[in-house]
Amino acid sequence: MVMKQSARHQNRIELLQGTLDLLILQTLQWGPQHGYGISQAIRANSMDAFKVDTGSLYPALHRLAKQKLIAAAWKMSENRQRIRVYRLTKKGRDELASGRSRWERFVEAMAGILSPRRAVEP
Amino acid sequence: MKFWRRSDGVDAEIRGHIEMAVRDRMERGESRGQAEAAVRREFGDVVVVKEVTRDMDGRVWLTRLGQDLRYAARLLRRSPGFAVVAVLSLALGIGAATAIFQIVDAVRLRTLPVARPWELARVRIVNMDGARGNRFSAYDPLNYPVFEQIRRQQQGFTDVAAWSGTSFNLADGGEMRPARGLFVSGTFFDVLGIAPAAGRLIADADDKPGCAAQIVLSHAFWMSEMGGDPRAIGRTLTLDARPAEVIGVTPAGFSGLEVGRGFDVAVPLCLEAAINRGNRLVSASDWWLVAIGRLKPGWTLERATAQLQAISPGIFETTITPTYPAASAARYKAFTLEAAPGDAGVSMLRDAYEHPLWMLLAAAGIVLLIACANLANLLLARASARHREIAVRLGLGASRARIVRQLLTESALVAAIGVAGGVLLAVVMGRGLVSFLSTEGNAVVLQMGTDWRVLAFASSLGLLTCLLFGLMPALRATGRGTMLSLRTAGRGVMGAERNGLRRALVAAQVALSLVLIAAGILFARSLWNLRHIETGFRREGVLVAGLDFRRLEVPMERRHAMQRDLLARIRAVPGVRAAAAASVIPVSGSSSGNRIWFEGATTDVGSNINRISPGYFATLDIPILSGRDFDDRDTMSSPMVAIVNQTFAERLTGGADPVGRRFRIEATPITPEITYEIVGLARNSIYQFLREQPRPLVFLAAAQTARPATSGQLVIYSETSLATVTASITRALREADPRIAVSFRVFDRQIDNTIVRERLLAMLSIFFAAVAALLALLGLYGVIAYGVTRRTNEIGVRMALGAGRGAVLTMILREAAVLIAAGIAVGLVIALAAGKLTAALLYGIAPHDPLILVTATAVLAATGLLASYWPARAATRIEPTVALRAE
Repeated sequence: MVMKQSARHQNRIELLQGTLDLLILQTLQWGPQHGYGISQAIRANSMDAFKVDTGSLYPALHRLAKQKLIAAAWKMSENRQRIRVYRLTKKGRDELASGRSRWERFVEAMAGILSPRRAVEP
Repeated sequence: MKFWRRSDGVDAEIRGHIEMAVRDRMERGESRGQAEAAVRREFGDVVVVKEVTRDMDGRVWLTRLGQDLRYAARLLRRSPGFAVVAVLSLALGIGAATAIFQIVDAVRLRTLPVARPWELARVRIVNMDGARGNRFSAYDPLNYPVFEQIRRQQQGFTDVAAWSGTSFNLADGGEMRPARGLFVSGTFFDVLGIAPAAGRLIADADDKPGCAAQIVLSHAFWMSEMGGDPRAIGRTLTLDARPAEVIGVTPAGFSGLEVGRGFDVAVPLCLEAAINRGNRLVSASDWWLVAIGRLKPGWTLERATAQLQAISPGIFETTITPTYPAASAARYKAFTLEAAPGDAGVSMLRDAYEHPLWMLLAAAGIVLLIACANLANLLLARASARHREIAVRLGLGASRARIVRQLLTESALVAAIGVAGGVLLAVVMGRGLVSFLSTEGNAVVLQMGTDWRVLAFASSLGLLTCLLFGLMPALRATGRGTMLSLRTAGRGVMGAERNGLRRALVAAQVALSLVLIAAGILFARSLWNLRHIETGFRREGVLVAGLDFRRLEVPMERRHAMQRDLLARIRAVPGVRAAAAASVIPVSGSSSGNRIWFEGATTDVGSNINRISPGYFATLDIPILSGRDFDDRDTMSSPMVAIVNQTFAERLTGGADPVGRRFRIEATPITPEITYEIVGLARNSIYQFLREQPRPLVFLAAAQTARPATSGQLVIYSETSLATVTASITRALREADPRIAVSFRVFDRQIDNTIVRERLLAMLSIFFAAVAALLALLGLYGVIAYGVTRRTNEIGVRMALGAGRGAVLTMILREAAVLIAAGIAVGLVIALAAGKLTAALLYGIAPHDPLILVTATAVLAATGLLASYWPARAATRIEPTVALRAE
């Protein structure tokens, strides 16, 4: 998954492939949420560094739903509007755990390479 | 598009997202407008987001197809120019090819709508040259005694039938009500295996000497004249003033054995004497019957022919009558019979139109090819334009398969609409063509049902083009690395290769349209030549009147007086300047001829004959160069006189004045040999066909025949409007006797109707040429315009470096000129090679006429450059600064 570049947000970080799924699962850990809420949460929790493109978010939500990592349900909002709310499933919770450990190993490995001085010159 | 809309929730979900985002921003103090604009900007392309999102919900293919169609329709609506051109070119190509093939099929390929047509065989004389007497059919007819003997002696057929086309007058006098008639043998319907739609058909027992007057109607006539009323059976019709009882109706779809002619009523052969007052049932010199037999199981055409050959000498020996001209009797006895394929019937229409129809089919095929090339070109151009969009969609996670499927759906949608349009056009054009071929008093009846095979063929060609050229760019676009596409799309560093294909397609279109343009000009020129032939007689203001006073039963000795009286009445009608009778009306297709010996000569000369009344030359404005016209002193008791034309005089005297010279005409079965004295020399004029060579022609006096007819034709020259004159003449004849029947035709139109084929060829080939050229020019425009867009930067750089607008214009036009020149060169080669095929259909012009080819080239080159001029001019308007900033 590649994020679309936007010239107006130079200080934002491009999401790495596969990370959006993890971010969504993580966000849903705190409770059911709709698409807009998820995008706002990711943005806020990353201190505005990640801006989730809707063109990636919704396909990702639907894909995760199809993989039964999350489940969707229709609810009425306070303004009497039909909204689609996603929640984490059992399977999704397991995936989040394994995804998080994968991510940590990945970060460690990247750090080892990108900050090599300590590693190469003990 | 409401039809395809589904409530899968994606719409609602996205809508909810946008509304929440807007509300958030408004809570932070933005105005509604500001907030909405900002959200839309952030959100991006709503349509694409929805599409890609839906992709993730694995849905059944049918729903997806609906989505794809909806999406394709939306894209097409966004670029109506592309859609219209693509659909129209396909529809035109498919429609034209199908319409013409339907006619080719109807006149040429289809077998008769009868039982087991492959068993049918025509029985005819191998070589009829030298047969004497009256010939009533163009299809190698037999006489009745021969037909009778064949039925008695043949062994290869379960039975043999005979028929003859004719025309009956259904009216009781006054204006004629012509009906297309068939004389049929009692075996006719039986041999063909045709069952009645109502009542019963003519059977063998109904066709005996002295038979009852019973007739059968065609289904079409029964429907149109009697509304399909079953009570029509038992009713009485008058045929040429003889009452006859309707006994049945033939099934729908059966229109006789002459393809393209059709019939209204069929009567047994035995009624010939009663209706025609003729004696064809005993005459060996009336050739009128087309014979057809059904082969017995196990018999082949060869075996049947062998048996017919064996019985031929006996048949012709017994059927010859003592009155048959002695000089030709040996020839008659030597005739042999054969069996020929009969499953497709006979057709003048087929003989006349087969070749031109195949040519038109080829032209329509070329148009279809050009349309396909155009479509391919359009799809390629569109694919380049959508390169970036495809890259974005791939970037957003749409699967390759999905994108390929979507592009294919779009191509297929274009093809489907094009095919639908083509079907519609095929039906309309097919009907138009048939009515075009029908001339006054000569309706063309063809079984024209839409031919699904042709349609399937043309449609699959269109579909294949669409899919092939729609798929190719799709595969290419999706196969390339996504990011590369994103970065370079729209800037055009690649695509040269694909543009090469487009250029080749355009050059091919130019080449093919050159061929069609050359053909169009050729046929138009040929038609012009035919219309401006020096006929040698007056055409405007002349009426041809058919007169029939058989019902008056005028005895032979009073017929001359009757004819003179009727002619005098017509000449007295106000507005009539001149009128005369003629046995052969020029360019009507009929003719009469005999062998002639100049006085003292032993070898004979074939000459045409026209028997006319005094005033004929004045009516048609044919100058008498020497001697005199016939007048009332030329009668049965005065010396036999003749007027000859210039060609006749040249043969006789080598150019000296022939007046006073004599010649004799060979005896016919009904007239003895007679010697005539030439009293006049008339200028040459056309006799039978517009395209004929000058031929010897003898005019004889109508008042000097021993057997004057009780029907005939007149030419009438009038100065007032033809409508008033015909009314006045009808009235004058009714005053003479209400039982006289009369019909009118306009001479000029009758002549024009003889070149319907040439007119059809000219009009359709010009039409095809125009369509082809238009499509080629569209293609050219597209390629050049695309080239200019692609090279915007390059042109900008050139202009920044000091290239003038003129130089840019020249550069672009040169590119176009190369394409056009290549196309024209190939086109000229094809046109020259194809020239041989058209030669037989042209008049007064050669297929490789240099002027024609130069004109076609000039037309195409000029319009081609004009089509390229617009994009070229657009190129000169490129602002270097703008072009470079885009980099």
